[in-house]
Amino acid sequence: MEPRIGVFVCHCGINIASTVDVKRVVEAIKGYPGVVHAEDYVYMCSDPGQELIRSRIKEKKLNGVVVAACSPTLHEATFRNTVSQVGLNPYRCEIANIREHCSWIHTDRDKATEKAIKIVKSIVEKVKLNDELLPISIPITKRALVIGGGIAGIQAALDIANAGYEVILVEKNPSIGGHMAQLSETFPTLDCAQCILTPKMVEVGQHPNIKLYNYAEVEDLSGYVGNFKVKIRLKASYVDWSKCVGCGVCMEKCPTKVPSEFEMGLTTRKAIYVPFPQAVPNKPVIDRENCLYFKTGKCRICEKVCTFGAIKFDEQDEFVEEEVGAIIVATGYELYPIEKIGEYGGGKYKDVINGLQFERLLSASGPTGGGVQRPSDRKVPKRVAFVSCVGSRDPELHKPYCSKVCCMYLTKHAMLYKHRVPDGEPIVFYIDIRSDGKGYEEFVQRAQEEEHVTYIRGKVSKIYEDNGELVLLAVDTLTGEPLEVRVDMVVLGMAIVPSPAVYELAKKLKIQIDANGFLTEAHPKLRPVETLTPGIFLAGCAHAPKDIPDTVAQASAAASKVLEMFSQKELQHDPMVATVDEDRCSGCGVCVTLCPYGAREIEVKDGKRVAKVNEAKCEGCGSCIAGCPAGACQQRNLKDEQLVNMVKAVLE
Amino acid sequence: MGKPKFAFYWCASCGGCEETVLDLNEKILEVVDKVDIVFWPVALDFKRKDIEVMKEGEIDVAFINGAIRTSEQEEMAKLLREKAKLVVAFGACAQLGGIPGLANFWVRSDIFDRIYKKVPTVANPEGVVPQQVVEMDGYKLTLPEFYDTVKTLDQTIPVDYYLPGCPPPPDLIMNAIETILKGELPEKGTVLAPDKALCDTCPRNETKPEKLSIKDIKRPHEVIIDPEKCFLAQGIICLGPVTRSGCGERCINANMPCRGCMGPTSEVRDQGAKAVSFIASILGVEDEEKLSEEEVQKLIDKIVDPAGTFYRFSLPASLLRRRRK
Repeated sequence: MEPRIGVFVCHCGINIASTVDVKRVVEAIKGYPGVVHAEDYVYMCSDPGQELIRSRIKEKKLNGVVVAACSPTLHEATFRNTVSQVGLNPYRCEIANIREHCSWIHTDRDKATEKAIKIVKSIVEKVKLNDELLPISIPITKRALVIGGGIAGIQAALDIANAGYEVILVEKNPSIGGHMAQLSETFPTLDCAQCILTPKMVEVGQHPNIKLYNYAEVEDLSGYVGNFKVKIRLKASYVDWSKCVGCGVCMEKCPTKVPSEFEMGLTTRKAIYVPFPQAVPNKPVIDRENCLYFKTGKCRICEKVCTFGAIKFDEQDEFVEEEVGAIIVATGYELYPIEKIGEYGGGKYKDVINGLQFERLLSASGPTGGGVQRPSDRKVPKRVAFVSCVGSRDPELHKPYCSKVCCMYLTKHAMLYKHRVPDGEPIVFYIDIRSDGKGYEEFVQRAQEEEHVTYIRGKVSKIYEDNGELVLLAVDTLTGEPLEVRVDMVVLGMAIVPSPAVYELAKKLKIQIDANGFLTEAHPKLRPVETLTPGIFLAGCAHAPKDIPDTVAQASAAASKVLEMFSQKELQHDPMVATVDEDRCSGCGVCVTLCPYGAREIEVKDGKRVAKVNEAKCEGCGSCIAGCPAGACQQRNLKDEQLVNMVKAVLE
Repeated sequence: MGKPKFAFYWCASCGGCEETVLDLNEKILEVVDKVDIVFWPVALDFKRKDIEVMKEGEIDVAFINGAIRTSEQEEMAKLLREKAKLVVAFGACAQLGGIPGLANFWVRSDIFDRIYKKVPTVANPEGVVPQQVVEMDGYKLTLPEFYDTVKTLDQTIPVDYYLPGCPPPPDLIMNAIETILKGELPEKGTVLAPDKALCDTCPRNETKPEKLSIKDIKRPHEVIIDPEKCFLAQGIICLGPVTRSGCGERCINANMPCRGCMGPTSEVRDQGAKAVSFIASILGVEDEEKLSEEEVQKLIDKIVDPAGTFYRFSLPASLLRRRRK
């Protein structure tokens, strides 16, 4: 095809034109081989601008278009759509980015103009060898998988289910609810967490579109966007839930007591247990690790007392396979272990507790019925210290990031403590107070001014026990005064860390995790709920520490992304994917190792290994092409020949 | 019409390329039967002047082995180019620079210093090094110039075809000769060997794991090498994926990894750079995120002499060609 390329140079108002001499760019490109037309316009993306391109394509019989303008991220789709309206293949249109890559970052008009000309020439070289491509169509399974049944997973599952699509919800614990179910009241409105959460849990349990796999984990994932196959391990509960009516006699009679995870070890549960009374589903499981029968071969009391014959000790883990089109990962968080904070006792002081433990002490359904008692002797503490940034904002020793919710929940804790113990004295130690949510600053003001919570700006350097009291050493950084504060109990605002299983899960799902172990979004601003793997989305603290409103908002956003996918008949995939020249491929397998999307595999053809590309999975990142030791891979419309010509055009 | 005229010449190389012609064994008789060898200094007593008197194009094919590192080699290459219809770069040194090309990591003075003064077995108290011109008893003695930079044959004269390998395998030589004699010549510039990488014919290709990953690098003398398993899967650097096949897997069958003598496939511009790229692609994979910078560096440091390993045969043909002077 003899190239007949049109170049359209945009002023972008003054964004480009003030630094780049657009007229000179037009003149310089006019005589360039393959270019048959060039002109400029003030806003190429506007209606008249697009019309200009369309009419020139017709008049000059253009078979390729270069728009010298802003970033392709912004307007590549716009202009490709423009050219396709008059019958030009959209992939014969390319953007030469002379704004972000040129005018915005330079001041010398002469040099910037020279550079803009080079950028345009190199893109002209690219367009010359661009093939006409068609998007790749992929069928889509309109069912979603939600991993994690905390508030994020619950919200996402409900949104999708309410829109009429089936949802598979996988929760590793016996009950959904997550950490929110453990909370007493929530900031800044002080409404009861249970009261707002449990109706949603029940809704999930009863929703006709939600299939709940509790006490289950994602074992393996294959497939790609729109067409995932997920293998789920249903952990043996040793209770036939179809027979169990939830009478609770088994739990009553079980002789083994184990620290309760739900109550953060403040009290015990039995070896056959339901994590908490409002659990969904409200069915017990046997904790194999601690069950007397599994440990010694004797007991089976639960089996004897169950009049429904629901206990089955011979149960094994089972596996189910589900097909889904989209996945939301909402695996939540854990608290940074107190054992890592040696200067605060590393867990040896019973009355130095973490925030979730204090939530249980405040909760009406908690071990103390909501009365604040300290764990060591059940006395009501008269002075309580609340310490923020424990493990957070400490790049040298612990976590570099801000855990985001601690300032607010410690304020809430101090306030609720004051409500429960009116003559008590809460003291909050802080570095800065971060109260950037709606109504948050007012909440902190209220704690300070109306509830008379003492705030001391300073990091606690040491906590030790002395004579039945806890001593905190700190410096008040506002007065510069060293402090020694004696209290009855300490609540630590521990750093929020990702759920430990997330690393393995991320590997299975082939999604990225950041340096702190949180899941990485596709773009921090413009694609905050998507992962780089198409069809997999994020919600909640698995992505970064966040509070309940943000979590719910992100969960709904992820759900709407899923629904956006499901609203289409089939998925369209960018055709600029990797290709393999089978006559050159030696089947060395380097591409398989390299591919971050699992799109490359080796096939044995006539007894020889040869690499394949799964076009639906390929994101066109180019890793395999750069890595192919034999030059047997090429990327569509980014062929080596094109790249070399582009580089030559720039270096000329 | 007389028999086609062949010439063989030897530039900067070890001599193995000359021997490999003899490795044709009894087939050499067939060749000699069909062609006239008009120039072959290593075997036959023809002189430069015999070539000089020839007409342009009188030689049908000149097989030139070795890289170009002296003025004499350059002159001879140019002379043969003038007299020959076809020039075949014979062997890795002529094609890519080969082992002599590793000299491009130094300059001439470093090399002379080492060879004539510092090598432990050399006694040269006066520090004599070769000079281009020396006057002695009123006579002027000259030596060819020793260049700073080793070049490939095609950086010196236009080359029509390439026979890769160190040395080229006899079957490829025979195949090339037959092709030439039949006149079924491929496009100029073609490497007369298969264009797939060595893994394609490697008997160990099947033993590769699903995901190739090197977690620890071993040199061949440090381990007992499994004679059936892919070298890379054993943590031994093998350049098979980045090297043209057609060698007959001689090294592999001797339980040694590929060192890359057949050069890259036709789609690859720089064999060494590709080798770095592909080794980096499979190094420490899976646990990569967990490795600290120091651990990564430690793993990379286990590649002894990376430049020499990856550019063993191809430095003068690479994009950079040599170390900066």
